[in-house]
Parts: sequence; structure tokens; C-alpha cells
Amino acid sequence: MPEPKIRILIAKPGLDGHDRGAKVVARALRDAGMEVIYTGLRQTPEMVAEAALQEDVDAVGLSILSGAHMGLVPKIMELLKQNGMDGVHVFLGGIIPDEDVPALTACGVDAVYGPGTSTEKIVADVRAACLAGAN
Amino acid sequence: MVSVKAVLEGDRRELARLLTLVENDEPKGRAALNELYPHTGKAHLVGITGAPGTGKSSFTNQLARVYRNPAGETAPQRVAIVAVDPSSPFTGGALLGDRVRMKDHSGDPGVFIRSMASRGAVGGIARATTAVTQVLDAAGYEAILVETVGAGQSEVEIARLAHTTIVVEAPGMGDDIQAIKAGILEIADILVVNKADLPGAEKTEQVLRTSLHMGAGTRGPALPSGEVWTPTVLKVQSLNPVGINEAYDLIQDHRGYLQRTGEWQRRDRERLDSELEDLLKAELFRRWVDVKSEINWQAALDALYARERSPYQTVEILLKQSSDHS
Repeated sequence: MPEPKIRILIAKPGLDGHDRGAKVVARALRDAGMEVIYTGLRQTPEMVAEAALQEDVDAVGLSILSGAHMGLVPKIMELLKQNGMDGVHVFLGGIIPDEDVPALTACGVDAVYGPGTSTEKIVADVRAACLAGAN
Repeated sequence: MVSVKAVLEGDRRELARLLTLVENDEPKGRAALNELYPHTGKAHLVGITGAPGTGKSSFTNQLARVYRNPAGETAPQRVAIVAVDPSSPFTGGALLGDRVRMKDHSGDPGVFIRSMASRGAVGGIARATTAVTQVLDAAGYEAILVETVGAGQSEVEIARLAHTTIVVEAPGMGDDIQAIKAGILEIADILVVNKADLPGAEKTEQVLRTSLHMGAGTRGPALPSGEVWTPTVLKVQSLNPVGINEAYDLIQDHRGYLQRTGEWQRRDRERLDSELEDLLKAELFRRWVDVKSEINWQAALDALYARERSPYQTVEILLKQSSDHS
């Protein structure tokens, strides 16, 4: 039996228009054999949660560089839960101050990645998290 | 376990989970398809195909908007969109980016968008796309818009799946020789010239019209009713948007034509015939592979690699060996 296909949503919630990082990560996950659903810029938390539901993804990757993560992320987590998607893994990347990380992981984020994180690490983390849940 | 009942009652979470099982061809997905099958056959399947970058996703997005807000007294229809993008032949990975153009439907429970990777299929859709549309059909979506991968000249599988096939072109995509080549233009029930605000749109429209005119009357046998559908060329803009209502009206006209003439039923049967044939081939092959441990597989391959036996001869030998053992 081959490894089950990992499906991951890469979303850019909020108003910043810098999607270079999201695209680099999306490309790395694609090259690692995953199916990456890319939503594009300026997504509301509702749009992210709805896309995650319709696409039945194993994981959601959020990229936020605007500083609005403490507003956006808990809202997205809550909506995912409302949609019955408590099991989905959530990864966050962008400009996130260290002191915010504990609160974010407490609300259910698997990992937070700052500038300079290697794509290899992100790929390995996503794969480990998704495959652990699959069997 | 996915609840088929919940899917029939419109539970979107259960629907999404079932689509995954079906896409992965899991036994639970097959079992659910068996249960759902009596509920299928109602939806209008509309295929949207065309070269990469012609604006298929933006057009599909606008089209879905009209389905939700049709002009006049027409009731809105529930729409599902299945958007297929290519899988990498090397890693199996895929970047599914069609949702980027489909942001207008967030919060509308009457629209369900699902991205699919082609997973090695080369006909423009994935092997499981047919099954996925059956689930969405049973779940009560009245129109199912299937957007293919960016298609070249021979990705014409969509015409087998869809009741109505729309080929999306954009200005500057080739001359009149391209337009008379066999392939994708032949499968169009409706031809759309998207990005009609760009230079060259008139020329593209004219070339396509001429090509259609040259081929008039040669598309398959005449129907018993004598009624013939003549593909129309329509200029649209998906960003502004212009001409989308007209495209929607044409799609409804085509549906009416299919139903009046019995073509709807004929295409439905043709699709089921080919689906059955595909399944049977896959299943026969799978069963045959199950017995292949009995036969000298490696010796056959070695002879093939060493150019001692051609692929045809190898097939003969393998089939003979397996029938000796059965």
C-alpha cells in the first residue's frame, strides 16, 4: 500500500500582500509529493476554514506577515473546530514574535516557523504530523 | 465511517470526506458509491477546457455566479465545481491553484468547490473525476462544472464525461491551421473567446467561426429528430465581467437541446458504457496480476530487455502461462 496522499491548504489570511514565502513553501511541499491547494491572497478566516472543509485537507499552512496573527489564528482555529475539523494540523509561518508562540500553540497550532526556517524542516514536520494521524 | 445518509442530506463535511475516499479509490468509497448510485443521473455536467492561461478558472468562477444569481425569474441552482490541475510526473505532488480565481463564493452554501490532482491521468481529468461528479450529483448539486487541466490538443476525455463541453480560448493562441486540426475544438458544444478586451479577440473569433463553418454538418450522424446543435462562438470577459449571462443562456439552450432530442440519454449511456469498460479492464488486469506469481514473470522481462522477444511476443507468452495455470 503506497503512502496516502497528503493534501494541504496553503492560505494567506489577512491583508498583507507578500506571498513569496507562501509560494516557496507551497512549491517545496509539492516537490515532496504532496497535493497543495493554494488559495491566494487576502483570505478571511471564514474563507480559509471553508476551503479546508471542502478540500478535506490533512493540514493547513497559514502565512501571516501583517502582525495580525493573534486575531486571525484563534478565529481560524475556532471555525475549523466548528466545521468538525478538529483533527486538521495547522502550521503557521511569517513574522511571529517569540512571545506570541506559546499562546498560538495553546490554541492548537502544531508549529510556528519564522524567517530562515528550512523548507526541509517544514516538509518533514508536515509529513510526520499527517502520517501519524493517518494510521 | 462516512455516512451516506448525511451526504444525501447535504452535510458538507461528510461530503468532503467521502470525496477523499472516492478519490483514493478506497473500499469504503466504493461502498458509498454503490449506495449513492440510484441518486445520480440528475445533474447537468458541464465541462470547461482549454489551454493553460486562457482563463478557465476565472470563467468558471463567473459562470457559477450566474448559476447562483440567474437573470429574471429563473431559480438559482446549486453548483459544484471540480477543478483539476496536473500532478508532477516525477514526485506525484501537485499545486492546485484554481481556487485563487474562485473567491467570490465564500459563505454561499449553494457552491461547493473541490480541487483534484490529475494523478497521472493524461486525458485532462483524473481517473476518479467521474466518480467524484457522481457523489456531487447524488448530494444534490444541480450543475457540476468540471474544469480540466490546461489542455493542449488531445486532452479530450472531458467530452466523454460532460453533457455540455465548453472550450475556452484566448486571443493570440494560434492561427487558422491550429483551428482546423483535429482534437479539442471538435469537442466544443460552446466556444468561448475569453479576455475579449485584449487585441486580437476579433481575429480569434473569426478564425474559430470559419473553422466551425467549414466543419458544419460533419459532426456525427444526424439525430432522428433532424435537429442539429451548431456550436456557437462567444466573446466574453471574465474579470469585468462581460458576456457571462449569454454563456449561461447558451448552456441552458444546449441542455434543452440534449433533453429534447434524446441526446442526454444517449450521452449518459455512452459515458456509463465507457466507465464500465474502464472498470472491467482495471479489474481484469488486477485479477490477472494476482495470478502472475504462478508464472515466470522475471524470465519474460529478461527476454524482453535482451531484445530476444518483442513486447507482443511477451504478452502472448505471459497470457499462455497464466491460462495454463488457471
